[in-house]
Amino acid sequence: MTKRRVVITGLGMITPLGLNVTQTWANILAGKSGVELVQQFNTDDMTVKIAASVKDFDPTQYLPRKDVKKIDRFIQYGHAASLEAVAHSGLDLEKIDLTRAGVAIGSGIGGLGLIERNTQTMLERGPRKISPFLIPGSIINMASGYPSIHFGFQGPNFSIVTACTSAAHSIGYAARTIAYDDADIMLAGGTEDATCRVGLGGFAALRALSTRNDDPTQASRPWDKDRDGFVLGDGAGMLVLEEYEHAKARGATIYAELTGFGLGADAQHMTMNDQTGQAPSRCINNALKDAALNPEQIDYINAHATSTPVGDPAEVKAIKLSFGDHAYKIPVSSTKSMTGHLLGAAGAIEAIFSILALQDQVVPPTINLHETSEGCDLDFVPLEARDAKLTHVLSNSFGFGGANGTLIFSKC
Amino acid sequence: MSKEDIQAKINAIIVEQLGVEDPAKIVPEASIIDDLGADSLDTVELIMAIEEELGMDIPDDAATKLTTVGEVYAFVEENLPKAD
Repeated sequence: MTKRRVVITGLGMITPLGLNVTQTWANILAGKSGVELVQQFNTDDMTVKIAASVKDFDPTQYLPRKDVKKIDRFIQYGHAASLEAVAHSGLDLEKIDLTRAGVAIGSGIGGLGLIERNTQTMLERGPRKISPFLIPGSIINMASGYPSIHFGFQGPNFSIVTACTSAAHSIGYAARTIAYDDADIMLAGGTEDATCRVGLGGFAALRALSTRNDDPTQASRPWDKDRDGFVLGDGAGMLVLEEYEHAKARGATIYAELTGFGLGADAQHMTMNDQTGQAPSRCINNALKDAALNPEQIDYINAHATSTPVGDPAEVKAIKLSFGDHAYKIPVSSTKSMTGHLLGAAGAIEAIFSILALQDQVVPPTINLHETSEGCDLDFVPLEARDAKLTHVLSNSFGFGGANGTLIFSKC
Repeated sequence: MSKEDIQAKINAIIVEQLGVEDPAKIVPEASIIDDLGADSLDTVELIMAIEEELGMDIPDDAATKLTTVGEVYAFVEENLPKAD
């Protein structure tokens, strides 16, 4: 059986840098930071007071007023990004076979804010005051369920939960759903809104977050010697994946082809990634094999690099293991320096940045990178975006639990 | 609270909870599910909101019998705790 080709025909996003793709991408290329002091709740008693939150999001612009309070914000972000992606794809929902269109939207954390509020209510006023929408409005796969109801997509519907690799895995497996002929169209990506008190407090308790509260825009600084942790980010990224002939037949604009998907596990530690770089390197190699590409053919890497002291150098080792001498010739940047870390949505917004890099032939920068730390010696595209000739680009995602995922996008 | 006040308050809660765009639809004969677009979970939340806003308890067995706006008015008017 020959593999059915999968292309990208629509993009949508809600990020700390904008409420759509165009605005976000302009801010990324301008090297802007989306990090600021947390406004949503009181952080007086918290060690971390900064986050990369979404600004000015009005859910009633995207869903019926009565649904707004039923579903957690992470589902709302996902739905808003889905609306943009489907509109961008130009799909005519009247004409396509809706039973051949599916949804695969992941999340790392799910509806923690809604759970937090209902728990508070229960403790103060008893279990009868728990909302009937707590469960349907907070479970992770409602991120896929809600848009499927809106669009009428009756094809495969699932959500993959692999922490910060959730979106990369969702996109990869959505593509395989199409390749395997279970669907012609998949809406795929990730969404997250973990910035509630218990979420921010939880990641702070892990000592995973930057405490640079006095200088928020400088807090996310992958590979920089002064980095001290990641910045929690919120938002969503969504892609319309489509079988190549299906897209061609309807005259769709094709933004890229998803040529490679690789997976693997560290099998070492719950939260610390493989310090030798071997497991993430295997993941990269699996994606290269899937794409039938040589390492030398990769022109840009959108790194996982979250700005943690132990995580960033391990990925550098992995890239060197997979690419050898060519590693020094590939621009490698971390857009998390601007967006913060969107956890289960990160792989989706970074897939979109990789696709836009291909489309515009430009490499987004790593901001706040002034002096690299030991062992971090690749071309990290510091501070400013750069024009480049790009044909194949690669995006890494690594998650708690040791779950790794790599996507490769190619010009089509 | 007067009858009119109670009804106005319930109407406001219905608009808010069910997202009813045309408040003129909220008449005593209106079925909460068939005419006002609620599903069964919406009605649970609507009853909870009425309990909350009006400071009263509506037992589940009573709540399941409240299918029209008029039935809700009547139940609340009859059972609302009287102020001293």
